[in-house]
This record gives sequence, C-alpha cells and structure tokens, in this order.
Amino acid sequence: MTASPPPRSMPPAPVVGSTPATAPPPAIGDDDLVLGIETSCDETAAAVVAGGGRRVLSSVVSSQIDLHARYGGVVPEIAGRAHVELMGPVIAEATVTAGAADDDIAAVAATCGPGLVGALLVGVSAAKALALVWSVPFVAVNHLEAHLHAAFLDEPDIELPVVVILVSGGHTMLVLMTDRLQFRLLGETVDDAAGEAFDKVARFLGLGYPGGPAVDRLAAAGDPDAIAFPRPMLGDGWDFSFSGLKTAVINYVRRHPAADPADVAASFQEAVADVLVTKARRAAAACGARGLCLAGGVAANTRLRELVLDAGMADGLGTYLPSPAMCTDNAAMVAAAGWWRLRADGPSPLNTGADPSLRLPGC
Amino acid sequence: MLILGIETATASTGCAVGDRDGVRASVRVSGDRRHAEMLAPQISAVCKLAVVSLRDVAAVAVDVGPGLYTGLRVGVTTAMTIASALRVNMVGVTSLDLVAFPVRHTSRTITAVIDARRGEVFCARYRPVPGGVQRVSEPAVSSPEAVAAEIMATGDEALLAGDGALRYRSVFDSIRGAEIADRAFACPSAESLVHLACARALREEHVPPGEIRPLYLRRPDAEAMRPAAPQPAEARP
Repeated sequence: MTASPPPRSMPPAPVVGSTPATAPPPAIGDDDLVLGIETSCDETAAAVVAGGGRRVLSSVVSSQIDLHARYGGVVPEIAGRAHVELMGPVIAEATVTAGAADDDIAAVAATCGPGLVGALLVGVSAAKALALVWSVPFVAVNHLEAHLHAAFLDEPDIELPVVVILVSGGHTMLVLMTDRLQFRLLGETVDDAAGEAFDKVARFLGLGYPGGPAVDRLAAAGDPDAIAFPRPMLGDGWDFSFSGLKTAVINYVRRHPAADPADVAASFQEAVADVLVTKARRAAAACGARGLCLAGGVAANTRLRELVLDAGMADGLGTYLPSPAMCTDNAAMVAAAGWWRLRADGPSPLNTGADPSLRLPGC
Repeated sequence: MLILGIETATASTGCAVGDRDGVRASVRVSGDRRHAEMLAPQISAVCKLAVVSLRDVAAVAVDVGPGLYTGLRVGVTTAMTIASALRVNMVGVTSLDLVAFPVRHTSRTITAVIDARRGEVFCARYRPVPGGVQRVSEPAVSSPEAVAAEIMATGDEALLAGDGALRYRSVFDSIRGAEIADRAFACPSAESLVHLACARALREEHVPPGEIRPLYLRRPDAEAMRPAAPQPAEARP
C-alpha cells in the first residue's frame, strides 16, 4: 500500500543542500550609534548613544527656561519658534562632540509624543530629514518610554522587574517595568502632575519658575515636619492627586502669613515625596518587583531621592536614581529607547506625525 | 545645479526638484494641513520621480512664509536640516513672492494677499518686470480694508492674487477696476519656488542654513499681550 500524497497546504519539504533558514538580521547592530532628538516641551536636545544606552557619546540640551520664566510657565508658541532656531546648532554639537561622522549614525530617533504639538513636530521633521539624507531608519519614540530608559543610561544592568516613579511637570505615574519594552501602568495622577504642584506652590511663594529646583533649595533650610500637610489618596489604590495638596498649602499660607516659607516648602515637599514613595513601596511588594527606579524632571528632587534610597534599604530593594541630567528631558534617553524600539519593531514610517496625547505603549 | 524646493506655508504641502532647465518633478497635497506627516514621503517621492538622489541636490529652497506657523516650522526645519546634512546653501523665498510670480504676465500692479486668519491678511505689492516681478512694499500683516484703502490710494490698475484676496473678495471688489486672480493662483507652489530659487542661486543670492528663519510677521500672543514693563509690586498708601 502506498502512502497518500501530502495535502496541498503542507509547506514544501526543505531542499537538501539549501542553506538553513536564519532569522533576518536585526534593523540595528549591537553597538550601532543612534542619534536621538527631543523637542517635546521647552528643551531642544540631541544626543548620540551606542548600543541602546550602553555608551552615551554626547548629550546636548539647550534649555529655553529664560524665554519662558517671565510668563511663569512654558508658552507653546514661543517654545515652537525657539526649537526651529536651536535644532540645527544642537544637532551639530551632538554629532561633533560624539566624534561621529555622518555615516557612523545607524538610525535617527525623535520624540513624537506626548508633548506640545508645535514643539514635537520640529524634532520629528529634523529627524526624518536626516534619515532621508543619510538613508538610515527613522524611529518615532514615546517620550514616557524614553524617560523609563533614562536610569539604564547610568546603570545598564538594572535587575527587572522594577517599579518606576515617573514624575515630571506633565506626568505622574507608577509603572511596572518587566522588560525594556514591557510596561504596566499601575497608577497615575487624577489631576495635577507632581511637577505642576511644585510650580504652582513656587509661584504662590514667589520663588519663580521653574518651581521644582526653587522649592528644593528653599526646603533645605526648613523643617519637613513643621506643618502636617495632607497626604492625598494615601490609602486609596496607586493613583495620585496633588491638586488638593497644592490648595492646602496656599490656604495654610493665607491663614498663617508669618509662617516660615522654608518650613512651608519643606513640609510640602515631604508630603509629595512621602505619597510617591509610600505607594511605590506598596506597588513593589504587591508586584514582586526587585527595585525602585526614578524618572522624570521631579526625580531630581533631593528629598524624593533620599526617601527612595531609605525605602530600598528598608525593603531590600535595588534603587536606581538617574543623574539629574538624565532625569530632566534629554535626547540620550530618546536615542536609547529608539535603539530598543528599532530592534523590536523596525523603522517607523516616514509619514509618522506628532501625537500630543500619546499614551505609554500597552497602557 | 539641482534645487530642492519645499513649500508648506499654507494648508497645502508641496515639494519639487529642478534646475535652470525647469522643474523636473513636483508633488503637492492640497489643503489638509498634515505637513509633518506628508513632507518627508513627498521629498522621497519627488526624488524618485525625477530619478535623482537627494545627495545630488546643490541648494535647498524653502518658502519662509508668512503663513501657517506649524506648516512653516515643519518646512523650514526640514529644509534647514537637509541643507545642513548635505552641506549646501539655501534660498529663502517669501510666500507672497510665490503668489505674485505666476501672475506676472500683466500690466497691472500686483498685490499678493494671503489669509492670515483672525480677520487679517498677509500682503505685499509687486510691479511686473521682464522675466518676473519686483516687490515694491515689505510683507505686512493688515486688515483687508486697510489693504484695499492702500491700493486705492495708489490709483494703480490692480491685480490681486492669493487665498486672502478670494476670502475677502467682497472687500476688494470695492476697488474700482481691480481684478482678482482665480483659484488656480490662490496658493504658493513649490514649482514657482524652484523657478525663483534657481535664478537666485545662480546669482549666488543664497545663505548658509543657519541664517534661514521663518517669517511669522506676528509676535507670539503671550509676548504681544505682556505689559511693556513689569508692574512694581509696591504697597499702596
């Protein structure tokens, strides 16, 4: 009896002597250079990074703080205009500092959101233009994902999973990072971002803009236990609320005009840092995380860093605090995230635009 | 001398490549304001259509405005970045020049009028000269009524062109004997840009990329509304 012929849908048998099938080469090599560009808010930044963050060859950040300080906050139209003027010089400085020739760059990554649309599209346009001239891939990078990669620039071998406290002027979230490109959004602010609360309290205290560093400096001379400001939503899940705390600070100062501003700043800062770290510890315990990690502009805050270190000691968790330059907006984190995204997903299409309300992937 | 022209000053996005013998290829997407999405694929397409490499481009021309701010930022940033990377010079041309140029075959004085929104227009006046137009007033932002009054004061036979002339047709129709160019001449084109830029580049009227700036003609609102001097916060008696 002869065997019936195989059904037609069966794949053809391998031809004897043919080369074995191999996976296609990744879109980017292990030690390849990525040029990153960041223009989501008021910093014009470019950086050259190798191997997905293992080596930062250059990181140039041109801040527009002086342009916006007189308005007490970032003015989108002024930011957009400044990015156009600064983009060229910043890219030139990043490539020259890195000692990278044009054909050393293997890909160009740019933040495409979230952020100010008129600011984002300057960086996206510049990145696509370079990708066209150099014939290399363009990668659109999520700004929040880039922040999550910042800690790895200082410490490439962070033991995962970690709980990341991502705090900036625009965002406040707790993220469980299980892999370089795998995240779970555990909680986020239901109203003001932490950085926004710092800015508003600083403005009320007459400390100027930006508020975070100003409150931090003043708080160093104050007593963090002088005033018992509320810890909003402390026992309530992993979300945050900072609007009520900001109002409590303002009401307190109105009722106690003689209060020492240093005590007010220190006590306010203590309340913010306490809520952030308490929830991060609980989240780490519940999710079985191996460490706590900071990211975003507010991660440069002295007291928040101290409390994270204390929590790590107490709970036996690794603690990863990026240098202040990597906490605030920069392009090195964008280049690093771009390298990982390019390896996993390939290049982004050239018709990618700016998305001002982009969410963290998978969240 | 191959020139790449980029035009994003109005709701359209366009680019073209050409040299002194004319435009070799051009692409244009009308009216959807998706400059950031459309421009890079267009540049890639226009080079393929013209069978040239971007690396053959000897100068980059860009419409510097006045026009839509976001469009200008996309166009000017893209053009400056390409020129820097190629290490070539640039030619910046105003959107008003590009509107006036295609209607040059007239004996009338030309006024280019581009819609500036908020009830205002960007405008400049031109005199036709052999082979082109000569600008006789600086680009300005103004009300349509003021532009009409200015044209009437010159007493010239007037030709108005541009989307602003069409939008405020009822205002400009009050100018005795004035003609308004039809919709085909309403917007600046990348083809005119390449044409004008070629002539300027041959005369070496070009600049390094770092010297190109968008022509906004308006200050940011926040800056315009800010009081001239900070108010002293002194206690009153």
